Amino acid sequence: MSGARLSTSAEPERLVKTHCCFCGQQCGIQLKVRDNEVVGFEPWEEFPFNRGMLCPKGVKRYLQGAHPDRLTTALRRDESSPDGFSAMPYADAVAKVAAAIADIQQQYGPSAMGVLSGASLTTEKTYLMGKFARVCLRTPYIDYNGRLCMVSAGAANKKAFGIDRTTNPWSDMVGTDVIWIAGSNVAECSPITTNYVWQAREQGAKIIVQDPRITPVARTCDLYLPVKPGRDAALFAGVLQLMIEHGWIDQDFIDTLTVGFDEVAAYCRQWTAERTAQVTGVPERALRQAAEWWGTAKTSFLFHARGIEHHSNGVQNALGTINLVLATGRIGKSKSGYGTITGQANEQGGREHGQKCDQLPGWRDIANPDHRRHIAGIWGIDEKDLPGPGVDAYELFRKIDAGEIRGLLSICFNPKVSLPDNAFVTRALEKLEFYAAIDFFLNDTARHADIVLPGSLQEEDEGTVTQVEGRVIKINKAVDPPGDARQDWRIVQDIAGALGRPHGFTFTEPREIFDELRRASKGGVADYSGITYEKIDAQMGVFWPCYSEDPETGRPVDHAGTPRLFEPGSYNRVAKGAGPFYFPDGKARFNVAEFRTPVDDASDDYPLFLTTGRVVSHFLSGTQTRRIGPLVNQYPEPRIELHPKLAAKLGIKDEDWTIAETRRGAITLRAMVVTTIRPDTIFIPYHWPGEKSANRLTVAAQDPISKIPQYKVCGCRVRKADGPPAYASVLEPQQ
Amino acid sequence: MPKPEYLHFFIDPNRCIGCQACVQACSECDTHRGESMIHLEFISRADSVQTVPVVCMHCEQPTCAEVCPADAIKRTGDGVVQSARKPRCIACGNCVLACPFGVPEVYEDRQLMMKCDMCYDRTSVGKKPMCATVCPSQALFFGTREQIEQLRPMSTPVNRFQFGRQTISTRVFMMMPAGLVTPTPYVDVTSAMDDRPRQRAIQLTPADNQDPFADVEV
Repeated sequence: MSGARLSTSAEPERLVKTHCCFCGQQCGIQLKVRDNEVVGFEPWEEFPFNRGMLCPKGVKRYLQGAHPDRLTTALRRDESSPDGFSAMPYADAVAKVAAAIADIQQQYGPSAMGVLSGASLTTEKTYLMGKFARVCLRTPYIDYNGRLCMVSAGAANKKAFGIDRTTNPWSDMVGTDVIWIAGSNVAECSPITTNYVWQAREQGAKIIVQDPRITPVARTCDLYLPVKPGRDAALFAGVLQLMIEHGWIDQDFIDTLTVGFDEVAAYCRQWTAERTAQVTGVPERALRQAAEWWGTAKTSFLFHARGIEHHSNGVQNALGTINLVLATGRIGKSKSGYGTITGQANEQGGREHGQKCDQLPGWRDIANPDHRRHIAGIWGIDEKDLPGPGVDAYELFRKIDAGEIRGLLSICFNPKVSLPDNAFVTRALEKLEFYAAIDFFLNDTARHADIVLPGSLQEEDEGTVTQVEGRVIKINKAVDPPGDARQDWRIVQDIAGALGRPHGFTFTEPREIFDELRRASKGGVADYSGITYEKIDAQMGVFWPCYSEDPETGRPVDHAGTPRLFEPGSYNRVAKGAGPFYFPDGKARFNVAEFRTPVDDASDDYPLFLTTGRVVSHFLSGTQTRRIGPLVNQYPEPRIELHPKLAAKLGIKDEDWTIAETRRGAITLRAMVVTTIRPDTIFIPYHWPGEKSANRLTVAAQDPISKIPQYKVCGCRVRKADGPPAYASVLEPQQ
Repeated sequence: MPKPEYLHFFIDPNRCIGCQACVQACSECDTHRGESMIHLEFISRADSVQTVPVVCMHCEQPTCAEVCPADAIKRTGDGVVQSARKPRCIACGNCVLACPFGVPEVYEDRQLMMKCDMCYDRTSVGKKPMCATVCPSQALFFGTREQIEQLRPMSTPVNRFQFGRQTISTRVFMMMPAGLVTPTPYVDVTSAMDDRPRQRAIQLTPADNQDPFADVEV
């Protein structure tokens, strides 16, 4: 196995303090470097968030760097070559990309180019991608893979609080009375958070877990809510109704610091405990227990993740949790908070500074004239030349399919594996007249590209990311990119130069991009103006907003950042002292969080629920982790998790080849028969491409507000396969 | 420098999430590159996601050393039972059969028994063992008695184990729920051999001993 290469025993030349390249926890880690190669790791015990702790991905992440699949030259599509590509000089490749873009834009207009970006990039790069699409390409069509990840939470936060960030540092969890984990497999998707949860429990916290599967955290939690997939909003409404009935709400907080409670209370009235139990599949006594614990606690922490967000009702689900928090008034305090657990490395920073289709830097709105003027000024362009809102990443593929978008540039996004109903995505990719991908490995989507430009791994560049708590941290460069590979921001600037549109794309180092980003974000909700690389180093991270000028007095200030949001008496630019929340009246918003039946719900033809998610040793579409031998060994291939009661009915035994089928397609995988999942539900992890791809099955239904796809539920049927699938006898090139 | 006396290793299987960070990190050690000395097993995956990490328990009277015909297994002055000495080990596997915790393994390719030595290279210079450093659930914890008492008031460390008629005291502690232990607590391993794990460790009420999915029809 190529990825199983292990480091040599020779002493490293140096240790580089940086962070893991994978999930939103962004654990501090020290990389061992020798001869311009990352050869191992050493825990970084001083970094306060993880204090040396790592998950298996973090431990083995160092193995990706010298992998033989690493792209070290530019590639062009070449049908005569056995692997479909042949190497070409970097400068020629950039020239070809620029010529193709110019050609398409001349023929069909600027909007015929689309850009897909990603939330694993540093904030500097995400800022640059947003600027590149609007200023260099003059297209509104840029979106990012955070669309698949956190947008439901982001939209709900915006509606309820006027700001989109976890409210408290994780250390606040220890000492709280109750922790409610809604739709988050903490142990496998954000492992470091586990210790905070366990530590809170040791200090007396009760843990409530809401999940269709008995995950490792659900196994030992105090109260398990075995919710039926897609019924979360009903559960939250039912629990709130019980709290209202028993008077377990903070009427004083509701009256003085919120608006909209009465409408929510009126909506919840229909959600009697009996009806809620019937709809959600959660026993009535468990609902009552949850309402009592949550309602009567003095301090609490609620967090959620993709389990309730990946739904066509995702924003409503997230608003349902926020209503539970606001009704108790337990927010903006040292042991009480709310948050969404970020998925990708820079899921937080990546959704703040303008690579989102409707957004400009500083969490500004691209449709807001004041915001447009401010950013146009920073970018040195006329406001009217700044494109308006674009469309979400999936809609962007629909526009490719419809022939409106003819050319595509992608970076840090593998939609052929990660988007739902990915057979459609594949068809759309083949319709493109020109597609250029920037990548460090040839991912499954990039295999459709005309030109592939060799980009950089996380350890080959520096910059900032914002982790789960809203803490801005610094990624430090450990090694140089190999061969012709370049730092991604250089490639983007090279394309701008080759297009003859270099204005605004002449940065010489990430620090310069960050300094412009600081100015661009100044005065916005996500204000980074007071953050410097030095301050990040000195404080081991800086929580935004961090001001360069005091928002109240306008005087220059050396601001340490804002670890905790919404504290009583806190000042923000939107409320101007009226209250702690980011609305002109300073009050938080209750929003009616309506339950809607999922699109393509279980039915007579497809009687089961399919839900998808992660395993601990893999990350997203697997482009990196499926190349790291020890992580592949830990979980070599996806399986269909199903309950023995269902398996017995279908005549399926553990390990049997089994077919899961939905209205989009069918895949054949081995069965994993376990009692730890609802008997009416099957689970398939989504990290694999091709014949093993869970997203062949998922439905492209999207939330009407956030446009997040409904990955976590669709109707499905299962049967035993006659024999192994064809792919089982073929050795995969990646493994 | 020996391992400081006041630092101890604690295992809390209730915290374990089965992520294998310990296994992956252990295999990075220069002295046994590519091999993990930790055993991390599902008890029974069909029934539960419960997993148990097992490091060497570092017995006060190590059975592995007692049965070794070549006298290849040594215990350091600070109580760490080491891997077999290469010049002495005859790879007979007596230790593998005798260890009540199932820890030692014979590596046929190098004709040597190897096992967890509590990262002697790290602990002897004041660092924590690699597994306990990275463990994201802190099911593996390395620190002082005072720290564990302060951090884990709901649990009690136990280091006596009953295997049939053999009582074993170890340098490594197992965390037990605080309410369940007696003044001289021990874990009766043999009597628990046939227990099956439960789906859920905690039930809503003591009487509520049922499957949370019992009412779900298929």
